[in-house]
Amino acid sequence: MVTTFHYLLLGAALFTIGVIGVLTRRNIMIILMSIELMMNAVNINLIAFSNRLQQVTGQVFAIFVITVAAAEAAVGLGIVIAMFKNKETMNINEIDLMKW
Amino acid sequence: MNLATINIAAILPTLVLSVVGIVVMVAEPFVGEQKKSNLGWLAFAGTLAAMLSLVPMANNRGQWYSNLWIVDDYDVFLDFIFLLIAAITILTSMDFLRREELNHPEFYSLLLFATAGMLMMAASNELVMVFLGLEILSIATYVMAGFRRADLKSNESALKYFLLGSFSSAFFLYGIALIFGATGSTNLLAIADALRSSKIQISLVSLSAALILIALCFKVAVAPFHVWTPDVYEGAPTPVTGFMSVGPKAAGFAVLFRVFLTAFPSIEDRWGSAIWMVAALTMILGNVIAVVQPNIKRMLAYSSIAHAGYVAVAFAATSDRGVSAALFYLLAYSLMNLGAFAMVTIISRKEDKLVNVTDYAGLGSKRPGLAAVLSLFMLSLAGVPGTAGFAGKFFIFRAALESRLVWLAIIGVVTTVISFYYYLSVIVQMYMREPHDEFSDVRLCGSLKFALVISAAGTLYLGLLPTRVLDWTTTAALR
Amino acid sequence: MLETWVPVLIFFILVAGFGTVSLVLSYAFGPKKPDARKLSPYECGMRPIGSARERFSVKFYLVAMLFLLFDIEAVFLFPWAVVYRDLKLFGFFEMLLFIVVILAGYIYAWKKGALEWER
Repeated sequence: MVTTFHYLLLGAALFTIGVIGVLTRRNIMIILMSIELMMNAVNINLIAFSNRLQQVTGQVFAIFVITVAAAEAAVGLGIVIAMFKNKETMNINEIDLMKW
Repeated sequence: MNLATINIAAILPTLVLSVVGIVVMVAEPFVGEQKKSNLGWLAFAGTLAAMLSLVPMANNRGQWYSNLWIVDDYDVFLDFIFLLIAAITILTSMDFLRREELNHPEFYSLLLFATAGMLMMAASNELVMVFLGLEILSIATYVMAGFRRADLKSNESALKYFLLGSFSSAFFLYGIALIFGATGSTNLLAIADALRSSKIQISLVSLSAALILIALCFKVAVAPFHVWTPDVYEGAPTPVTGFMSVGPKAAGFAVLFRVFLTAFPSIEDRWGSAIWMVAALTMILGNVIAVVQPNIKRMLAYSSIAHAGYVAVAFAATSDRGVSAALFYLLAYSLMNLGAFAMVTIISRKEDKLVNVTDYAGLGSKRPGLAAVLSLFMLSLAGVPGTAGFAGKFFIFRAALESRLVWLAIIGVVTTVISFYYYLSVIVQMYMREPHDEFSDVRLCGSLKFALVISAAGTLYLGLLPTRVLDWTTTAALR
Repeated sequence: MLETWVPVLIFFILVAGFGTVSLVLSYAFGPKKPDARKLSPYECGMRPIGSARERFSVKFYLVAMLFLLFDIEAVFLFPWAVVYRDLKLFGFFEMLLFIVVILAGYIYAWKKGALEWER
């Protein structure tokens, strides 16, 4: 039997994978994908809670998250492309003009 | 939902900004190259119209649209700050965009959208709305940070801001999802009610409060979540840096106060000490690291971190007096910091070349007027009596002492003394060093003058006659 | 609870079995006369030129991004359609407003030439 708890566990696992991806990977595209993974992990949580509480708020929120994540991804890709035109690298460690 | 819940007046300023933003955006391809700067004035008129529409909004207090939109004094005061920030930023950037040959009026659209997002954040009584406002603000600001597309530094700034911004947004979302699961609602008042009953899983609530706190700390750039700030501020176009250092910060604090003092007051014992530590760490780190920065944009970045620390002290006080002091401080800080960044915009010349503190050497003898205005902003940021900065800091430390946060007040005063060193070093450069630059190519056009006059007048007014604004913030703090 | 899924499991086994059996049978009994043409990656009479691992043009990215944005905005039509009858005329005009805002974005993209392939 799959309960709400299992969905939450899945959400937490995916979120953690996303966090680790952002922190350890050096390729910008993979970092972007990890951030998307984190957002979608939250969606799983929202839907699971929405189902358990029998409230539609969570589902509507998930739709908002999906659209916002798409807009964010589009802007993020735009920024990456703009940068790629000036410097051909996808490695976050090579983007180091400014350091303290 | 039926037609009866609609109240246009309650959302009028946000509506005005959005509509003007869209009009500027759609008009851009249809307008000839020569007339593009007129769109900047249109955007400026839009912010003024939004400011005027605060009056009908203030007459429609209460909760609207299924309780997700709230209009109260707190909201009105913050909206005033946001619109002021937007207006001054438009004035500063008009000349800047022309100088840098970046005359794309999309900039003004983005700025108006970002401001609309901030208004949403201040007025939201619902975490879904907070999230939407936050994202509208953030996404527009990511683009603005990378507005100088051909410049690698600007790209890098946008990329860093984007990565850390969306990373923290994900944390914010996770926190909202958990609080929704624990209390069954995303409405702040409903959450507060649910938390007062005892049937709640307190560990889940604490975790979600922690996640929301971390995410918002990223947005307002307080230590230990501040590391992105100097890089992003240094690389972004200077007027955008000015906007970023006040706009998202003020909006972030608006949400912090609203969420934590409305929804989470019953578990204050769980987050109060965290705020205490964040405030202390931020004041110390920001002020100490600012001392060694040769680049004035980086110096002001660390200074903005330090100022966020002072506002965090007011937050740690968790009293109405604290909120009132924070609101006053946000207004004062916005005015003086925007003024300082407008001056940096002027002096940095084309492509933001001259941004070191030593580039200001001899400004006092060559351009005494500009030097005097910049000195005023620096003294105010440092907190010299008679300026807005002093009044703001005074109210914050008083609120801290009333809430028995003696150590925070002491740390605040000591770090303020440290901050004198780096603010005054700019003044020393201007008046006591030999000029190696004629400053002959420093142009000062009408809009920039206007921006400087507003900020300088505001800084002096808040410093010399703070009582009227303080009365306003006191009522605003009662929400 | 789990019993209801047994037919699905049987179906999965059948599908996998059928696929495997037909592949094995045709491999074992089918005639094999290989030549260079037939072994080339795409057996369509054309000689493949260059490597398939080329960079895509940035134009694809722009179109894809615009598609993504307008496509995702349409997601709001689903919950709206569910409660359309309850919202009555108000819902209709509300959605009309939403579409107008998207249309503004579309006009902007169009006028900026983002939809043109050759520039």
